Amino acid sequence: MTEFQLGQVLDQLIPMHLCLNVSGDITHAGPTLMKLRPKGELIGKPFLDVFRLRRPAGVKHVSELFNLVGQKLYLRFRSEPATSFKGQIVKTCDERALLNLSFGISVLDCVREYGLTIADFAPTDLTVEMLYLVEAKTAVMNELRKLNNRLQSAKTVAEEQALSDTLTGLKNRRAMDHILARKIEANRRFGLMHLDLDFFKDVNDTYGHAAGDHVLQEVANVLVAETRLDDTVARVGGDEFVVLFPDMTDAAKLKILAQRIIEKLERPITFNGALCRISASIGATTSENYESLNAEKILADADFALYASKSKGRAQVTFFSETLMGEDRSAEQMKQKGLRPHH
Amino acid sequence: MHGLINRSIQCFVQDTYGAQVWADVAVSSNIGLPGFEAMLSYDDSLTYAVLDAIAVRLSKPRDDVMEDLGTYLVSHGNVVAVRRLLRFGGVNFVEFLHSLDDLQDRAKLAVPELDIPRLELKDNGKGNFTLFSHWVHTGFGHVALGLLRGMADDYGALVFLEYEGAEPGFEKISISVFESDFSEGRAFDLTQIAGEVA
Repeated sequence: MTEFQLGQVLDQLIPMHLCLNVSGDITHAGPTLMKLRPKGELIGKPFLDVFRLRRPAGVKHVSELFNLVGQKLYLRFRSEPATSFKGQIVKTCDERALLNLSFGISVLDCVREYGLTIADFAPTDLTVEMLYLVEAKTAVMNELRKLNNRLQSAKTVAEEQALSDTLTGLKNRRAMDHILARKIEANRRFGLMHLDLDFFKDVNDTYGHAAGDHVLQEVANVLVAETRLDDTVARVGGDEFVVLFPDMTDAAKLKILAQRIIEKLERPITFNGALCRISASIGATTSENYESLNAEKILADADFALYASKSKGRAQVTFFSETLMGEDRSAEQMKQKGLRPHH
Repeated sequence: MHGLINRSIQCFVQDTYGAQVWADVAVSSNIGLPGFEAMLSYDDSLTYAVLDAIAVRLSKPRDDVMEDLGTYLVSHGNVVAVRRLLRFGGVNFVEFLHSLDDLQDRAKLAVPELDIPRLELKDNGKGNFTLFSHWVHTGFGHVALGLLRGMADDYGALVFLEYEGAEPGFEKISISVFESDFSEGRAFDLTQIAGEVA
């Protein structure tokens, strides 16, 4: 086989090879390498002038280069773009050398940068399959990302729906239980009010359920307007509401706030020309009342205080205390007579 | 069938005939308006329900609908991924034809759950080929036919294609390649330009 014929064979089998003569000059380059640099920058040039050996480092002379047989070489073009390669060197029987190069993991950028095509890779080279796989996986990942985003927004909507009261947009009992449990877990101080509307049943009976719904929405507006952004307002029953005030345990302040809420709720609400009049009774407690916090107990105590307000003749605010608990025998009797419709 | 197949059918209808036609199809085939998710799997009967509903809505034989679907998959701007992935098969149309033997494996490499027909190319010499499409689901040979038409255009090859019929378990397509690169065809870069969405 002549040298020319051998070159042709190598061009087909390993299109990224280089032939070096004894002095280390490039005498021939495979067709794919020839696409990366103009002919004049490769053929006839000393190999070590065109490429910089990164590993093994410190190779200055051709004799050192020729001794690297059997090692994995990492090299770069000295000129820009400084494409990096992996390589292997073998010595031929006449003391010359043959190098084969490949793009390492940077193959994607190289293919793009030099505009390489399928024909630039040997049929046995798996580079094209790798490019196929990268592209296929990227397309699949994009689809999965879109699916994830859709599922995420659906989940958010579902969660919001599960935690809010559809009529008023306030939180529901589930949400309140959840938030209260979190405050207790975090050992936070808070005040809590349990509010029950007075005369709401009359509105429903007199003007119908549409009027009742409208009144509930107005009540929700008042509660939101009279509380802070961080407070939690929940509708926990037909005409029952619970408000949670983080970091607010001052009974005097809470009482003023409760009275202001009742005052606002007593303003007549117009519905289709009719004036609906309601009021509210409130029972309150704070985290200061307890050695250790228990959600069930706290809610029950607020409920107990609310019941005391009702028995005192409505539109009242009552704070829970152990003495209240002891005193309230008459309230207990009223409860047994069923005077409180909702409890 | 895999969501990618079902979603392709949906996109084909939406992109070719508009959202209203898709809405009609979704309602009459009882699959619900949002339609298919590409990355989930669905019962096979749903796919046929949708294909039949499309055929009725467009007053076209189902086979024609499936052939159009195949061509859409490799020629519409909204689904460049399929065309690109197929072009990895070879530098010209004949090389591409030979790569079809690997198509099922290639698809599985990308999405392990994706089941598609097993294609088998028989070279009859002088540019004549027979493509066998093996699958439990019949009719998808028509999709393969449409897809070949689209890819022949893409490579700029001059070919004659004919559906030869279905037998139990496979369908046959005859292919005559007159010129593998008759016209220039569309360019194919091995890597996508950064930011281009597949």
